[in-house]
Amino acid sequence: MNLDSKIPEGPLAQKWTSHKFNMKLVNPANRRKYNVIVVGSGLAGGAAAASLAEQGYNVSCFCYQDSPRRAHSIAAQGGINASKNYQNDGDSVHRLFYDTVKGGDYRAREANVYRLAEVSSDIIDQCVANGVPFAREYGGYLANRSFGGAQVSRTFYARGQTGQQLLLGAYSALSKQIGLGKVKMYNRHEMLDVVKVDGHAKGVIVRNMVTGEISRHAGDAVVIATGGYGNVFFLSTNAQGCNVTAAHRAYRRGAGMANPCYTQIHPTCIPVHGDQQSKLTLMSESLRNDGRVWAPKDKETAKKIREGKLDPNAVPDEERDYYLERKYPSFGNLAPRDISSRAAKEACDDGRGVATTGLGVFLDFRDAIKRDGQKAIEERYGNLFEMYQCITGDNPYETPMMIFPAVHYTMGGLWVDYNLQSTIPGMFVGGEANFSDHGANRLGASALMQGLADGYFVLPYTVGNYLGEQGVAAAGKVTADHPAFAEVEADVKSRIDKLMSIGGTESPRSFHKRLGNIMWEKCGMSRTKESLTAAIEEIQALRKEFWSNLKVVGDADSLNPELERAGRVADFMEFGEILCRDALMREESCGGHFRAEHQTDDGEAKRDDDNFAFVGVWEYKGDDVAPALHKEPLVYENIKLATRSYK
Amino acid sequence: MEKTMNLTIRVWRQKNRLDVGKFAEYKLANISEDSSFLEMLDILSEQLVADGHEPVAFDHDCREGICGMCSMTINGIPHGPESGTTACQLHMRHFHDGQTITIEPWRAKPFPVIKDLVVDRTPLDKIIQAGGFITARAGSAVDANAMPIAKGIADYAMDAAACIGCGACVAACPNASAMLFTGAKVAHMNSLPQGKAEKDRRTLAMVTTMDGEGFGGCTNIGECEAACPKSIPLDMIAHLNRDYAVAQMKNFFKPVA
Repeated sequence: MNLDSKIPEGPLAQKWTSHKFNMKLVNPANRRKYNVIVVGSGLAGGAAAASLAEQGYNVSCFCYQDSPRRAHSIAAQGGINASKNYQNDGDSVHRLFYDTVKGGDYRAREANVYRLAEVSSDIIDQCVANGVPFAREYGGYLANRSFGGAQVSRTFYARGQTGQQLLLGAYSALSKQIGLGKVKMYNRHEMLDVVKVDGHAKGVIVRNMVTGEISRHAGDAVVIATGGYGNVFFLSTNAQGCNVTAAHRAYRRGAGMANPCYTQIHPTCIPVHGDQQSKLTLMSESLRNDGRVWAPKDKETAKKIREGKLDPNAVPDEERDYYLERKYPSFGNLAPRDISSRAAKEACDDGRGVATTGLGVFLDFRDAIKRDGQKAIEERYGNLFEMYQCITGDNPYETPMMIFPAVHYTMGGLWVDYNLQSTIPGMFVGGEANFSDHGANRLGASALMQGLADGYFVLPYTVGNYLGEQGVAAAGKVTADHPAFAEVEADVKSRIDKLMSIGGTESPRSFHKRLGNIMWEKCGMSRTKESLTAAIEEIQALRKEFWSNLKVVGDADSLNPELERAGRVADFMEFGEILCRDALMREESCGGHFRAEHQTDDGEAKRDDDNFAFVGVWEYKGDDVAPALHKEPLVYENIKLATRSYK
Repeated sequence: MEKTMNLTIRVWRQKNRLDVGKFAEYKLANISEDSSFLEMLDILSEQLVADGHEPVAFDHDCREGICGMCSMTINGIPHGPESGTTACQLHMRHFHDGQTITIEPWRAKPFPVIKDLVVDRTPLDKIIQAGGFITARAGSAVDANAMPIAKGIADYAMDAAACIGCGACVAACPNASAMLFTGAKVAHMNSLPQGKAEKDRRTLAMVTTMDGEGFGGCTNIGECEAACPKSIPLDMIAHLNRDYAVAQMKNFFKPVA
């Protein structure tokens, strides 16, 4: 597997500029001869599809929802980072770059992160021009707030609905192109495989989720922007439909899968209520600007609160452990996500957890309300407070919120070079689906930034460069009648037939739940060699059971949510094993990957830069063969590797 | 201890667009009051699958009230009895033991039923495609702070932009009007300085498409506002009417597009 990162020569700050100049261009009149396939319509996919169409390419865009406005980018609450330095508080491209590399625990590629920081300003400009109603101050200028892992205020926001507003911005640009006929939109279509011709990605096989029809779509390049794989844990903050299928199918066709063990557990989610739970709800990190996180100092106090015998408001300050402020005085409640999550787990493991399950800590706004008044807090977080009350039935203005960590974001994903091209030429990967920018831990408000950076400002250049390199003579030459399409289509159909014909007794959801349980218990917030080894064995056994005892009701020729889930769970089963293998291989702790064997005396993650400063990339070798590991060394020329400290 | 309840679920079953469809009744036991409405439907699905039946098909995705995918009428009200709440954010503590709950798809001519509770809402996308955008090619934008926008205007635009495009307004309206949906988008974009250049063109194109897709007109009943899970106010329709009147007038003297 060739892992040439294709990082341009030259000083860090000049790389992207000079790279853009050196790229092959396609003359505007020739662009209409090319077809680009974009899978996914979130921030990365939607923005890429719209921008490529604006440039003049023909685009086919696919999404599994009933409209491209619904991708899960929409659920991001808190904000989007940009190095505008509108607050005059010392921000710069270099600082955003530095914070992101450090926040990622020094496991991201320098050049990619720098470019991200560089285009972050353009994103805000673009979004405002598109009509995104960002929060403003009375003077009419844009407002900012702070997010975890940063000591500057660089986060732009639209109340608690920033993701929604950014996505609707991209969606409106995309809609314009659909209206103009430049983008052909396929709603309720799920990509089930990628087609390669002479080693290059030239199309996809998709299933129409309403009619069950399997169809072939040929293109000159394929962009995968299908999000992350958090649902491998069953319970996560992801939408119900989020899945790994497109990325995993690409992996099976030769795309390298990078760092799958880097999963982010978000510290502020609403605790699990019970067995009937289907998803976890995030409470924005922005709440930590004003909310103080605490657990009782004393186990007995915690027990009384759990049993409902003690009102948390009645616990005096000296009996409260504001553990983030205690452990990380300089960042306090805004310590990064991985660190805050582990600290919450520590308190609960210690028997000091609250919520009925004992798996919860408090996020308390008492002091903020006293300081700024309820109205100010309402202005900032009103919709989040309402959402909390709607789900739990508690009023957070009166009683402290309860929170617990939950799977939220996945930093790992398909390996890409500087051009966001995977190891399959012609196949590009954007947004959460790729691995490139966040290292081992993503900072808050950086996912929206990356999705839009990829979609608006990177892919429109690099896809064009690839098409230019292929030459105009190659444009539109490969069509769906090519035998390679028939072959892959037959694979897809036989797989569906197989899923439909097992005739067992257990539902796809039940298998998904069992897989999630293994993943969370053995490969969750804390991992060990033993737990991971056991997880791999259990997943393999579960997979066998799946293929012999799965029950899919309904038929394949109509809308069938059971069949959809069965296919996704089948891929999660294979993928979950790779994730565990990666976690087992990485004998260090870094960011969201915490190996209990590798920690400092005070329980912080202990990296091993001598042996693990690399991207772990897995290559598919066959169904019953272990995948092969390849390494892309991470070279730091501009940042000195250091122990991450937020103390 | 968590409280549970037993329920009778009366739900619309329809195989496909051409099928006539009818209500079916199912009994459900031990539903936790902390479960969400859709989690209750998940349990129903598992029960049906265990009995060898097809589960009830329904649209859903984010389950946190923002994607706008969930769409069902619960006891006669789109998204159910709680105001300002999507079906996915509705929790079972608002129902009681022994209750019969009736669940139907959105009922509106422009939204044909695909299966059970799943309907086709692409006409809403078409309205946006006609003009629900501010043209700003990626790369052409000026600095974000180059044009200050008064906080009141930005807040108003945000109130309008909160629409999640679920279609509850259409389902609630006796005329199946999409005026609240269209009005919200028009108000969002027309009120921002960035959206002024295309204001008249946008308004005319969106209204024409809305009418062409078979949505009815507004007769000021107000059901849409009551059903809207994001509490988008009727004022948005007034805004649309005003901008439409101005655009038509201008168009009469000199075509705006």
